[in-house]
Amino acid sequence: MIVEKDETIPVRTSEDVVRVRREVRERAVALGFGLVDQTKLVTAASEIARNTLDYGGGGELRIECLRDGNRRGLRLSFSDRGPGIPDIERAMTDGYTTGGGLGLGLSGAKRLSSDFAIRSSPGQGTVVILARWK
Amino acid sequence: MDQIPILMVGDCLLVSIQVDMHDQLALALQDSLMTKIVETGARGVMLDISSLQFVDSFIGRLLNNIASMARVLDAATVVVGMQPAVAITLVELGLTLSGIRTALNVDKGLALIRRIIDGEEQAFDRREG
Repeated sequence: MIVEKDETIPVRTSEDVVRVRREVRERAVALGFGLVDQTKLVTAASEIARNTLDYGGGGELRIECLRDGNRRGLRLSFSDRGPGIPDIERAMTDGYTTGGGLGLGLSGAKRLSSDFAIRSSPGQGTVVILARWK
Repeated sequence: MDQIPILMVGDCLLVSIQVDMHDQLALALQDSLMTKIVETGARGVMLDISSLQFVDSFIGRLLNNIASMARVLDAATVVVGMQPAVAITLVELGLTLSGIRTALNVDKGLALIRRIIDGEEQAFDRREG
């Protein structure tokens, strides 16, 4: 697998979340993703970016354009140095939230992605990596 | 742009969301819509999201909240113009927007609002005899 393009952008304000959506859309279009795939990627990115901001206290997004043989993909890695998630399994459950939201962010973003991984421990921050292939 | 315009059409408020809203802007829209409903006595709210390229759980919750709040203020809400890709993504995300009435376009949305308002008035008349 080859990383063809690699860029990191900040996720520190809610305007940054808007920028995340725009950048992810632009990359997805450039890679030739169809409209539904673009929308799924942008929506998943929006969910995780908001988590990074609201729960992680801000962080960054690394966007990588991937090639694996004939397949093209987009990998998004969100990282923060926030309080971390004590119980990831619970956090991944539909409807579970410690904020005021619907509790669909993590579980929903996973459903919208081809690959999804989350690493977190209390006090160490959180990394969420998602990818979608076309 | 820090404000989404709210237009009055007959006794309905019409909002066309043309920009990618950051969260505070979305919440500000919710607040100003409620103020506007009370100020104008509008009976309907139509949210045109045909230019919106995504609906995530935050925007979904916002749409639900607007519909519930407007309901309490005696106004019916209809969301119109959702793009197919947005609808597909929304359901896969896990949102059903079950509390929201939808229509395919503005014309159908206005007709639906009219039917909801008329239907409520007829139901009220029947109850009151």
